[in-house]
Amino acid sequence: MGNAVENEISAINRRQDEVIEEFALFDDWMDKYDHLISLGRELPLIDESLKTDDRIIRGCQSKVWLDAGMEDGKVQFTADSDAIITKGIIATLVRVLNGSTPAGILETDLYFIDRIGLKEHLSPTRSNGLLAMVKQMKIYALAFQAKNDE
Amino acid sequence: MANTLEATGPNTAFAEGIRKQFPLLNQQVNGRPLVYFDNAATTQKPQQVIEAMNRYYREYNSNVHRGVHHLSQVATDAMEQVRNRMADFLGASRHEEIIFTSGCTGGINLAAHILGRAYLRPGDEILLTEMEHHSNIVPWQLAAEISGAIIKVIPVLEDGTLDLEAYQNLLSPRTKVVAFVHVSNALGTINPAAEIISMAKNVGALTLVDGAQALAHERVNVQDLNCDFYVTSAHKHYGPTGIGVLYGRYELLEKLPPYQGGGEMIDRVTFDRTTYNTPPFKFEAGTPNIAGIIGMGASIEWLQEQDIEQVKAYEHELLAYATRALSEIDGFVPVGTSPNKAAVISFNLKGVHHYDVGVLLDKMGLALRTGHHCTQPLMDCYAIEGTVRASFAPYNTFEEIDRLVEALRKAQQMLS
Ligand SMILES: Cc1ncc(COP(=O)(O)O)c(C=O)c1O
Repeated sequence: MGNAVENEISAINRRQDEVIEEFALFDDWMDKYDHLISLGRELPLIDESLKTDDRIIRGCQSKVWLDAGMEDGKVQFTADSDAIITKGIIATLVRVLNGSTPAGILETDLYFIDRIGLKEHLSPTRSNGLLAMVKQMKIYALAFQAKNDE
Repeated sequence: MANTLEATGPNTAFAEGIRKQFPLLNQQVNGRPLVYFDNAATTQKPQQVIEAMNRYYREYNSNVHRGVHHLSQVATDAMEQVRNRMADFLGASRHEEIIFTSGCTGGINLAAHILGRAYLRPGDEILLTEMEHHSNIVPWQLAAEISGAIIKVIPVLEDGTLDLEAYQNLLSPRTKVVAFVHVSNALGTINPAAEIISMAKNVGALTLVDGAQALAHERVNVQDLNCDFYVTSAHKHYGPTGIGVLYGRYELLEKLPPYQGGGEMIDRVTFDRTTYNTPPFKFEAGTPNIAGIIGMGASIEWLQEQDIEQVKAYEHELLAYATRALSEIDGFVPVGTSPNKAAVISFNLKGVHHYDVGVLLDKMGLALRTGHHCTQPLMDCYAIEGTVRASFAPYNTFEEIDRLVEALRKAQQMLS
């Protein structure tokens, strides 16, 4: 693994640790969800015109639209959801991964999901939605990487 | 009737008496006492049912209809007694009309498949309603595919009742099957089954009733209804999962071909030609879900021990109380307001996604169902993605409804 990728991963991990610390401030599940909802408000919103069916992530009870672009070699995600909690989840993922190189996104282990209890506290069908979101973000990264290598 | 609550107060002693027979209910979820309002998805099981299934495995587990040995006899007798009990409970004219299935889905697939193969012809029409569960849609689409029959849909009116006028206009000599839900799982609507069936009979159509949601709330008599098929799922009426029955009129069952092939359903097998057993065995291939059947029998026994009038009255009180309390929440939008309704309330809160509500209610210890309830065409008809649904059983209490209202207000405040 090159130095550049390692730097990307440590930057992502710093953001993961930040999120973990924030959630650790709350003991109560309702407060954790309150926080998740407020993170949803910071989500870089996807352009309304891009909310097309091919940008919907399947496998969630609610709709999630995700788009990605490249700026100076870094991936910039935008997203939205019709459910506020789902929006908080995708916003947290976007916050952690935004501004990284495709390689950084592809190589990163997203340990924060387990550590803030998102996965275990969202039922299997719902966490499928979560995994589908992560997968879609990695697919975008992979596509950008392939383009770079051309 | 509407004023029983004010006049006498809720019948809490009745609910408590029932509640203590359901061990699962006594637990905490996310640090709060569980409120179980997902009874239309599946009901909880009384001690009596759990014990009956336990006893089967501890004392007389054995394969049925096959052994001459003692245990096989005991198990076979127990299973056949359940068939008799089920026939009696549903008012069938003979016990051979009761086929054990894996539940409503299994029963409808069986009936639709054999009708598709041996009864329906190209251009024949199958009438379904817009409020059907996917279980009563997809098997008919498969039957239409094998037979060349066509599916037509009876529309639902704004309040969640069937448009009987439209139904009348859809009926014709081409109508060969009318299949409909007795009580809607998504809306709670109780359909006028006898009337729907008699209208179908007028044009000579066969009828199938999806009774998934009916048995827990009322007594059903298939001969009074005069239906040809009636399907049930035990887990919706305090019994175990994966078991139910298909009631079918005997003359029909005799004429129709088998569904799946295997052990039990045969008379004599050779590689040239196999002859089949008589109904119901012709339709029961393979070793049945014996423990499930025993559990289902126990659930019927339990239901028979309850005073159904008291159950109905109490559920009605719960529904009336909940409807009134929920209506006081700003932005409460009920989906399905049929005057004749089972103890089910489907709703949305204005500007709030049902999924968000479900997640937060769960965190507060309340189990409700959110989503399309396997009735996507119905959701399309209301132009919504889904609803939040509270469905009640006699073990539910008025305090639990108060907790729902309080939790909804809290969720609403967090989400807006
Ligand atoms: C109206 C209705 N029909 C059919 C079914 C299917 O029942 P099962 O899954 O037990 O086969 C259900 C339950 O989900 C239902 O509510």
